[in-house]
Amino acid sequence: MSWLRYLDQNSHEISLWLWYHTWLSVVPVVLGLLISLPLGWVARRFRWTYAPLVTLSGLLYTIPSIALFVILPSILGLGILDPLNVAVALTIYTVALLVRVVADGLAAVPDDVTQAASAMGYRPLQRLFAVELPIAVPVIAAGLRVAVVSNVSLVAVAATIGVPELGQLFTIGFQLAYFVPIVIGIVLCVALAMLLDLVVVVVTRMLTPWTRAVTTP
Amino acid sequence: MHARPIEQEVSRLIRFESVTKAYPDGTVAVDQLDLVAPSGQITVLVGPSGCGKTTSLRMINRMIEPTSGRIWLDDRDTSTFTPSELRRGMGYVIQHAGLFPHRTVVDNVATVPLLLGQSRRQARSDAMALLERVGLDAELARRYPAQLSGGQQQRVGVARALAADPPVMLMDEPFSAVDPIVRAQLQDEFLRLQAELGKTIVFVTHDIDEAVKLGDQVAVLRVGGHLAQLASPAELLSRPADAFVASFVGRDRGYRALQFEQAPPLTTRPEPTVRLGVDLTSVEGTRAVAEAAGGWLLVVDDEQQPQGWLDLTAPPTGLIDQAAVHRGGTLATQGGSFREALDAALSSPSGRGVVVDDEGRLLGTVTATEVVAAIEAQATTERDSGSRVST
Repeated sequence: MSWLRYLDQNSHEISLWLWYHTWLSVVPVVLGLLISLPLGWVARRFRWTYAPLVTLSGLLYTIPSIALFVILPSILGLGILDPLNVAVALTIYTVALLVRVVADGLAAVPDDVTQAASAMGYRPLQRLFAVELPIAVPVIAAGLRVAVVSNVSLVAVAATIGVPELGQLFTIGFQLAYFVPIVIGIVLCVALAMLLDLVVVVVTRMLTPWTRAVTTP
Repeated sequence: MHARPIEQEVSRLIRFESVTKAYPDGTVAVDQLDLVAPSGQITVLVGPSGCGKTTSLRMINRMIEPTSGRIWLDDRDTSTFTPSELRRGMGYVIQHAGLFPHRTVVDNVATVPLLLGQSRRQARSDAMALLERVGLDAELARRYPAQLSGGQQQRVGVARALAADPPVMLMDEPFSAVDPIVRAQLQDEFLRLQAELGKTIVFVTHDIDEAVKLGDQVAVLRVGGHLAQLASPAELLSRPADAFVASFVGRDRGYRALQFEQAPPLTTRPEPTVRLGVDLTSVEGTRAVAEAAGGWLLVVDDEQQPQGWLDLTAPPTGLIDQAAVHRGGTLATQGGSFREALDAALSSPSGRGVVVDDEGRLLGTVTATEVVAAIEAQATTERDSGSRVST
């Protein structure tokens, strides 16, 4: 019964870590999406910016996360243990994933439809919010699911620099050579990833009733 | 139909004043185009691919900006409007309808009224009325565009363009992507709607038959964006301006031009008939007359409306039913066009074209020879009076 005992003895800490972990996974995705929308729009609107924007944002993803966690405090002037560092780093990764997704999502809106919208008298920004973005939701949501799940696993890495989240369970397990906290950490991470993924799926479904309309006249 | 500023009630005149569209690579899509689309009429732009017809259309609502020249809406230069302001006063229909896939049919139709600041409730109820007007069931209103057939989508596209009751309608090959039967229906309904609404319409097509059917005037453009001829459909068919127009207008144009020539009342001969549901043996006298006249007997219903011809060389046994009737012949309406009358005669298996009155009741029959004689008589009269056909 070592599992239950371990959980029982550390329940306060573990639930705190789970809570932090959730926040550190969700907030960067939201921020990253908000930053990616205008960038993706620019990449779509001015075609020549597509290649550089997508390449640059893609390059961001190749920076090892541990390096980013270590460098960011000095760049941002924050304490090394400040969770904000992690939030910023993960926002960068989210942007890296989503710029291309947003640009491609907007590109997938049929020309007929955008032309018709302009011809109806939508101004460019109105058209973006009323027509293009809603139609791009399925594509953007698919990218968002990847970003959410990948963030949950990236957050765990931040434990190596001492940020309190579920990754701490791995550090402890490693130090004690004790597998119970490690397994608990994995299970909770997977459960969190699945839950957040589910949230994205449910919200997407609510936003896109039209994609489920049966295609029979 | 809707509350809107008084100034929009009137139709508008659209005038191209030496409009040119040239692209940086040197391609000239439209070259020095001068053209007037009169208010309340349908002006069709027709021509082969690359003749600049769509470019011309899109310059009207400034989806494309001219390189030089002006386009006037009545007495106002369109470049003095903001594009969105200009476009909200012009309905726009395109080939694949371009409906918003994420909005229901009724919300698609309500688009422009909502943009103009109308309340959602009002815009939706107007949209419902409009759907009915373009021949769509109210139960389709809650569906999404993907759930409609091509023809239905196109109807929604027309309804959406009409929703704010704009004085001007721009239509870019709106009926090209549907099958021929649906296309003919949509064209007929479009003409019926236009008869009620009297919009200023600029209509782009590559199909000369469509142009001739729908246009009050037809502008034939040639590749490079030159106006080759601007004329009424009848004049276009009877007097193409040059070899290009002649070849584009195509064959059979002498015959096709007959559709614009109203026939004077034709002298018909009485036709022996038999009623549907009667046994052939009970009308031996009629049968003998018809056999002497070539072996075809005309079948009518109780209202005297022609149903088709009965082949007496292979007469049905028992009662005459619908299945026994040959339906090859078309019907001509007295007072219709020469084309109708001639077609009725040519398509009839008996060689006698069936002429009916406005209620569809039999008046009698004419032969092709008689119709051609009438055509020649009318042409002679016109030549003598010196006034060539112009509609």
